Amino acid sequence: MEIDPFIFRLSIFILSIFIGYYVVWSVTPSLHTPLMSVTNAISSVIIVGAIIAGLAGNDESVFNTSSIFGFLAISLAAINIFGGFLVTQRMLAMYKKKKRDKK
Amino acid sequence: MISSNLSAIFYLISGILFILALRGLSSPETSRQGNFFGILGMIIAITVTFLSLGNFSSGFIFVIIFLLIGGLVGAFIAYKIPMTAMPELVAGFHSLVGLAAVFVAISAFLNPEAFNLGYPGNIKLGSLIEMSIGAAVGAITFSGSVIAFLKLQGIMSGAPITFKGQHPLNALILISIIVLIYLLCSTQSSNLFWMLLAISFLIGFLLIIPIGGADMPVVISMLNSYSGWAAAGIGFTLENTALIITGALVGSSGAILSYIMCKGMNRSFFNVILGGFGATEQSNTSQNKEQRPVKSGNADDAAFLMKNASSVIIVPGYGMAVAQAQHALREMVDTLKKNDIKVSYAIHPVAGRMPGHMNVLLAEANVPYDEVFELEEINNDFANADVAFVIGANDVTNPVAKTDPQSPIYGMPVLDVEKCKSVLFVKRSLSPGYAGIDNDLFYKENTLMLFADAKKMTEDITKNL
Repeated sequence: MEIDPFIFRLSIFILSIFIGYYVVWSVTPSLHTPLMSVTNAISSVIIVGAIIAGLAGNDESVFNTSSIFGFLAISLAAINIFGGFLVTQRMLAMYKKKKRDKK
Repeated sequence: MISSNLSAIFYLISGILFILALRGLSSPETSRQGNFFGILGMIIAITVTFLSLGNFSSGFIFVIIFLLIGGLVGAFIAYKIPMTAMPELVAGFHSLVGLAAVFVAISAFLNPEAFNLGYPGNIKLGSLIEMSIGAAVGAITFSGSVIAFLKLQGIMSGAPITFKGQHPLNALILISIIVLIYLLCSTQSSNLFWMLLAISFLIGFLLIIPIGGADMPVVISMLNSYSGWAAAGIGFTLENTALIITGALVGSSGAILSYIMCKGMNRSFFNVILGGFGATEQSNTSQNKEQRPVKSGNADDAAFLMKNASSVIIVPGYGMAVAQAQHALREMVDTLKKNDIKVSYAIHPVAGRMPGHMNVLLAEANVPYDEVFELEEINNDFANADVAFVIGANDVTNPVAKTDPQSPIYGMPVLDVEKCKSVLFVKRSLSPGYAGIDNDLFYKENTLMLFADAKKMTEDITKNL
């Protein structure tokens, strides 16, 4: 009997939870704030779905109820992607080591 | 147009890049590279989506326009936001992820053909279940994060809002969400879908209002986790590997952070979620407060104590963030270091309003991260230090957590500040902290209270050094 493709996706999902578990425990506590902002940014990969929805309209009517929700979702996710990555970048640039020559 | 197999492989690559982005955060040296991997993964995911759809008609232009609008707003916010406002920002961003998930679910429900999910009124059962779970969790994330944002921003009172019958009501709503999903799947009725969204928004709101201001680290982490599960739910609907992997990563990341935060307060997750903590304790501790003598001093006394010390440990807390005192603090420390005084920073896991909040603020003020220590790393050093400088922290230093089993914070890990030869406590008044309990440290023989605004006091001390 053939395996339902859902099961494969479920496997990816469960294995990713385990990867997430081990990877996140190894994150140093001083970087927990950047961790939150970067997870914010990457979870906005949901923009993929928004783009599909936005492009679903046909040539005569770009806008229908479904695609409008898609376009709105694109903007929301884009705020997160740009905002999330840039603010993470800004924070990480501030983490500096002690200057050895000072001692 | 590229084949769906090829695009699936690219989505996998972008998922792997996201894993590497989190992996990079294991140390500050690799973290910037990690962020770059994350950006790369996002670019791959978006490009592949365009290529696999192969639709570059007029709709494509609008997609780019909306993308740029959002991108500009996001970039603007990212450059303007002060570091002290990070908790609000993250809460706000969570709400956007939640709302985006809801919108994607709505458009998939209205136009399932575009997503290969069947036809309106006859959506594949599996997809419909995944879609409605994604939409419900997204809606909870949205309204919950909005409340968290309002509380952090101070627009809404940080005090827990509780009313009679709150828990039964929440339980009832949660059960009705499950019932609605079941009915929705059997009837495919769009009215039920809207109803599901409406009550999910409502429950997100109701779940967060009873939780008080200082429990925000847990709430933010929890909403972080929810936003991940919402993304994963949509990922299943869209059969998209990148989204499933990311959702799982973010979901478990938020869950782990919530766990760490709860452990930092020695409270169970459910205890935090059910809320109302600290509201009842205030009354019985306030009577004996005035009777106990307190030693208070000025900037001159503090400067004298520190000048004669050989090692100083700084304990920052939320009050430092409120007073924006991190730069003034760093200047004080620079002066101390010139006098050959050893200075380190001690950070409690729940200091501030979100995980790692204090570390970011200190980093912003150019404090090298290898001078900043976590509770376990530094707690034994207090006994050998001459001065502990507590700035804006309170409950996390309260020795009562170790001595009094009656206390609501008993068992919470605290910084052993009282073991220092002398303690300087910068605070605006003697008022109890968030937990509503008096801090014994105020009345200790070796404690000198410095009643002032944290920033002003720190500047004055620097002048006197």
